[in-house]
Amino acid sequence: MRISKSPWLLHYDGSSCNGCDIEVLAATTPRFDVERFGIINTGNPRHADIFLCTGGVNSQNQDVVRQIYDQMPDPKVVLACGICACDGGIFKDCYNILGGTDTVIPVDVYVPGCAVRPEALIDGVVKALKILDEKSEKMKRGEYRSLTSAEYAESLKKTDNKAEAAGMEEKDA
Amino acid sequence: MAAKRSVIPFGPQHPVLPEPIHIDLVTEDEKVVEAIPSIGFVHRGLENLVTKKDFGEMVYVAERICGICSFGHGYGYVDAIEHIMNIEPTGRAKYIRTLLFELSRMHSHILWLGLMADAFGFESLFMETWKYREKVLDMLEAATGGRVIFSIMRIGGLRKDVPDDILSGFLPELDKIEEGIRACEKAFLSDPAVLGRLKGVGYLSKEDAVKLGCEGPFLRASGVARDNRMKGYAAYSDMDFDIITSDDGDSYGRCYVRIQEIYQSANIIRQCIEKMPKEGIYVPIKGFPNGEYMTIIEQPRGGACYYVHASGKKFIERMRVRTPTFANIPALAKTLQGCDVADVPILVVTIDPCISCTER
Ligand code: SF4
Repeated sequence: MRISKSPWLLHYDGSSCNGCDIEVLAATTPRFDVERFGIINTGNPRHADIFLCTGGVNSQNQDVVRQIYDQMPDPKVVLACGICACDGGIFKDCYNILGGTDTVIPVDVYVPGCAVRPEALIDGVVKALKILDEKSEKMKRGEYRSLTSAEYAESLKKTDNKAEAAGMEEKDA
Repeated sequence: MAAKRSVIPFGPQHPVLPEPIHIDLVTEDEKVVEAIPSIGFVHRGLENLVTKKDFGEMVYVAERICGICSFGHGYGYVDAIEHIMNIEPTGRAKYIRTLLFELSRMHSHILWLGLMADAFGFESLFMETWKYREKVLDMLEAATGGRVIFSIMRIGGLRKDVPDDILSGFLPELDKIEEGIRACEKAFLSDPAVLGRLKGVGYLSKEDAVKLGCEGPFLRASGVARDNRMKGYAAYSDMDFDIITSDDGDSYGRCYVRIQEIYQSANIIRQCIEKMPKEGIYVPIKGFPNGEYMTIIEQPRGGACYYVHASGKKFIERMRVRTPTFANIPALAKTLQGCDVADVPILVVTIDPCISCTER
């Protein structure tokens, strides 16, 4: 696989139990070392290409997740890390959990696991890199622009299918 | 003329923290005069799940209160239920629990050392410490099958046994980790650049630490010898160890206490392996719990209380957890007063904040 740039990633803890967060951090440390792909963990949304979101979304942090997503420059990809971020996981029935990350922002790659293993995460990131490349190709041709979180919320009202709302074509793996 | 006051928001998304916490820093020039924490970004309402998951399943939910001290949370809940139901786990179960508890403490403290190194901008030290943390995780994985969430606890004992040959394989690993941490210790406790960031930063006196109700290494770094392990739950009554304290009361003292506790944990693990009894790991349970119990255990971050109220049904009525970070936040707000803005990240990290425990 060819990597055309060094993507930087941003990590935000939605309402995770921390298990997935430390695994995200562990993925950047010597054993797993995503830095060998030129990936750096940055703290600034405006420098980031990949958004790793762990944990479900709750009423207090939904605006934070939206804001971080909107602050990131195009093209960008979002990874939902851990089963909580995919659909709420074990906390799905909790009164304060609205659902997975895709209840507020469009998600490109879902990485399941409780806690998500760093290997799975790296696999997810590699998939995300491909999507990132596709998106930037399309952007160069002027065919693509990411949805803002507000637009995503609008399109979610029209359909139940979150992939459709995010404007993704259904693909068979 | 008094300097103009301004408010600097810190968090919820901040590079130094893996977790979201928001603090409003009221500053005058470079000095913080007041720190107002606001929480709630990770609140899930987990305690309420007791009405939806039966008391056996709740063990796994309890473990997911926090992914760093997950074993302890599972233990606290199981301990409370076992007391209600009058179950005495077997000796081997107790020893393995103690061993896993101490492995978790090692991984949590090493993790903290890394985050601390990151907070004062020593990136390579962060990577170095986390290299040794992976070795601890390898041991945990060999013993339980999970890296951070273990799901090995069960009411009445353990879900699976840890074979003796795996346990004895831990001994050389422990030596390697200790050696590695001793090398890192030099940087933390004697590197002049690091000392400049730690010595005298965030001083908390012994009186204040007691008055504000601090917990864990944060309390012990202010010279108060209090450690709930001394109460002798699980197999701690058979173990030989002392409470580690420091009289510094500053960030340096907190670093010192945690580093020494890593060696202490390694020692306790060695004792566990040496004295490990050979017997079953599970006593069957009958019926449903009826009654209430409150237990307090020593998590890596300090004392955590678990309260369970059950009424003889499949679902327990109420579970309540009080975690050490919650107890340490008032003291954090106090140490932040009068510090430099540049020291805020270090001070926040020195209490070893675990927000997901605090807000559940
Ligand atoms: S998926 Fe599991 S480990 Fe990850 S945040 Fe959720 S409960 Fe924690």
